[in-house]
Amino acid sequence: MTVKTIDQALILETVQEAVECIGNSRSELIPILSQVNDKLGYLPEEALEEVSKQLNVPKSRVFSVATFYNMLITKPRGKHIVQFCESAPCHVAGGRDVWKALQESLGIKSGETTLDGNFSLVTTSCLGVCGVGPVIIIDDEIFGNLEPNKIPEILDRYR
Amino acid sequence: MKAIRSMVLVSSDPGSISKGSQEIYDRFQAEMKAFNIDDEITLSMVGDIGRKDVSPLVIVYPEAVVYGPLSVDDVPYIVEEHLYKGRIATKYQAPAKELTGKIAWVSSRKGSLPAENRVVLRRVGIIDPGDIDEFIVHDGYTALGKVLGEMTPTEVISVIEKSGLRGRGGAGFPTGLKWKFVSRTASDKKYVICNADESEPGTFKDRLLLEGDPHNLIEAMAIAAYAVGADEGYIYVRGEYKLAQERLRNAIDQARRYGILGKNILGMNFSFDIHVHSGAGAYICGEETALIESLEGKRGEPRTRPPYPTTHGLWEKPTLVNNVETLGNIPPIILNGADWYRSIGAPGSPGTKVYTILGNVNNTGLIEVPMGITLREVISIYAQGMKDNKPFKLAQTGGSSGSMIPAALQDTPMDFDGFNKAGVSLGSGALLVCNDEVCVVDLAKVLVNFFREESCGKCNPCRIGNQRAFQILTKITCGLGTNKDIDDLKLISDNLYQLSNCGLGQTAGSPLTDVIKHFRAELDAHVQLKLCPAGVCSMSGTLD
Repeated sequence: MTVKTIDQALILETVQEAVECIGNSRSELIPILSQVNDKLGYLPEEALEEVSKQLNVPKSRVFSVATFYNMLITKPRGKHIVQFCESAPCHVAGGRDVWKALQESLGIKSGETTLDGNFSLVTTSCLGVCGVGPVIIIDDEIFGNLEPNKIPEILDRYR
Repeated sequence: MKAIRSMVLVSSDPGSISKGSQEIYDRFQAEMKAFNIDDEITLSMVGDIGRKDVSPLVIVYPEAVVYGPLSVDDVPYIVEEHLYKGRIATKYQAPAKELTGKIAWVSSRKGSLPAENRVVLRRVGIIDPGDIDEFIVHDGYTALGKVLGEMTPTEVISVIEKSGLRGRGGAGFPTGLKWKFVSRTASDKKYVICNADESEPGTFKDRLLLEGDPHNLIEAMAIAAYAVGADEGYIYVRGEYKLAQERLRNAIDQARRYGILGKNILGMNFSFDIHVHSGAGAYICGEETALIESLEGKRGEPRTRPPYPTTHGLWEKPTLVNNVETLGNIPPIILNGADWYRSIGAPGSPGTKVYTILGNVNNTGLIEVPMGITLREVISIYAQGMKDNKPFKLAQTGGSSGSMIPAALQDTPMDFDGFNKAGVSLGSGALLVCNDEVCVVDLAKVLVNFFREESCGKCNPCRIGNQRAFQILTKITCGLGTNKDIDDLKLISDNLYQLSNCGLGQTAGSPLTDVIKHFRAELDAHVQLKLCPAGVCSMSGTLD
C-alpha cells in the first residue's frame, strides 16, 4: 500500500489553524480533532502530540478520545473511503449480496486498502438513510437502493 | 401483485364474539366475494378495539371509519356502500361519544386520507426550513411568546405534566417530571441539551425533523430553558448529519438576529442561547450521560447513575436532556393545551409517534400517527402491505431499546403501556418489517454485531457479552450450535440486563431474549437439525 506521508509543517499548521478557529479550551478537543481529521484525511501521531501541547491535555487523553470515535481516524487510509452500512435494515433489504459484490470488485476485505491506495473499505453502523437501503457511502456521497450488479459501475467513477 | 386498497377489522373480544362477530366476519367475506372485491381488501379479526357497549365493532381503513354496534344484516349495505361504491355508510357509524381510547381518534377523523395525524411533523415539507419568516407565518414562535408573556415557569411545567407527554427517545420517561426535577434543583447555572445523536439502526425521524423544521426545535428549547431556569443550550447532533447541522446553525443565526435567542428574548427578562455540537461517530453518545461526557471533550462513556443529569449534568450543573421528537411536541402542547394533547393517542401514552417504516413492505418511509395504533394497521395502511404479498414474520422496533415483534403480537396497541404489557418495547420508532425469508438467528447476529461494534467498552458485561454472543450466533449459523449455546445466550442476555452500567447495555440482550422467547422453534432447528428454515444461514459445518 502506498499512502503519502504528510509534511510535518502542514500538520502543525493545520492544528494551529483549528485551535485558533475553535478555541484552545479542553472541552473543544473533539471539534478540533474533527477539523484536523477532515483536513488531513486522518490524525497522524504528530497532530495528536501538537493538539496535546496546545490544549495542555495529556497525550494519553488525546489518544483515548481519538481512538474512541468512529469518525476520527488514526491510521492513513486510501484516497476514497467506501463505507458499507451493516445494520439490520440494510441487511434485510439485501445488504449481504452488496457486501459480497463490494469485496469482490475491490479485491479487498473489510478494513483493508487497495494496493494502489485508491480505495479503503470499511463497514459502518446505521447511517440514517435506511429508507433507501442497502446503502454505501463513498467519501461524502450516498448511494442507495443498491444491487450487486450496480457496484462495479459506481466504483469506476472513482477510479 | 394487486395492491390492497382497504382493510376491514372486526372486533373479536369475548363480548363481540358472543354478539356474533364471527358471523359478521363470514358475511363480510361472502359479500366481498359477491362484489368480486375480496382480493383487494384484507379482512381480519382483531382483539379488543373499543367499548363493550358498541361492540361488535368494525373499522374500515384507510378512511378509518368505525361502525358499530353491528349485526350480520348490516353487513351487505356496508360492503356495497362503503367498500364497493366508496361512500361512508353513515347510518351505521358508531357514535363518537361512545368511543374511548384508541378508537376515539379514529372516529374523530372525518374519513379522508391520509389517516396520519401530524403534530411534530406538521411543518415538515410545508415550509422552507431555511427561512425564519415562513416559520413565523406558520404559528412559529407564538408558543414562546405565550410562555414568556403569559405564563410562569411553574405553569409551563404543569401544562407539560398534565399533557402526559413521555420521552420519545425510547425509555418513555414522563417529560414534565424531568423538567420539574431540573427546575427544583437550585443552581446559578443550568443547561438544556437536545439529544440529536440519533443512531439507532433504522431510525431517521430526528434527521427529518431537524432538516425540515429546525426552528421548531429552537422554540421548544427556549420554552424548556424558561421553564427549568436555564440560560444555555446545546444541540448534540450526530456527526454524520451534516445537512441537519448546517440548517440548525443557519436557523440559530436567524433567531439571534430576530431577538429570539440571546439576551432579553422578545424584550423580556429572559436570556438563552444555543450551540450546535457535532458528534464524532459513536452510538453510545445517544445515552444522556455519555453525551454529556462527550460534550465535555472526553470519551463518550456513560457515567454511573445516580446522580442523574437533572442534578449533576454538564460541568456538574443541573441539565435537562430531551430527545428531538419529545421537544417537537412542546410548542403544540403550549398552544393547544394539555387536554387537546390528551385527546390524541392512548390514555397512558398521549400524543403521536413518528415511525420510520422499513424492510419488506411496499412503501417505506416516515409517518406520524397517534399512539396506540397496531402493527397490522401500520403495515396494511401506511406501508401498503407486504412486498410481493409474502407473509409477515416479525417487525424489529429500532435499535437497542427495541424488540422483535412476532406476528402473533401485531394487534397489540403500539404505545408504552400496551407494549410493556406484551413484554416488548417500542424502541426509537423504527419499524423494520420482515417477511418469512428473513432468518431470526441471522437477524439477531446482525443486531448483536451492532452492539459488539458500538459498545463503549467501559463495563465488562457489555464489552465481553456482546462479543461472546456474536461468536455463539456465528457458530449456530454455521451449523455448529449446541444446546449449551442456547443456555449461554440466555445467560449472556440476563447478565447484560442485570449487570450493565447504562441503559443501552441493559437492553443489548433483547435480540437474544426475543429469539429464545418468540422463535425458539427456529433456533432449535438451527441447533438440533442443523438446518436454517429460511435458507439464509450457511450451515456449512465449518466456521466461515
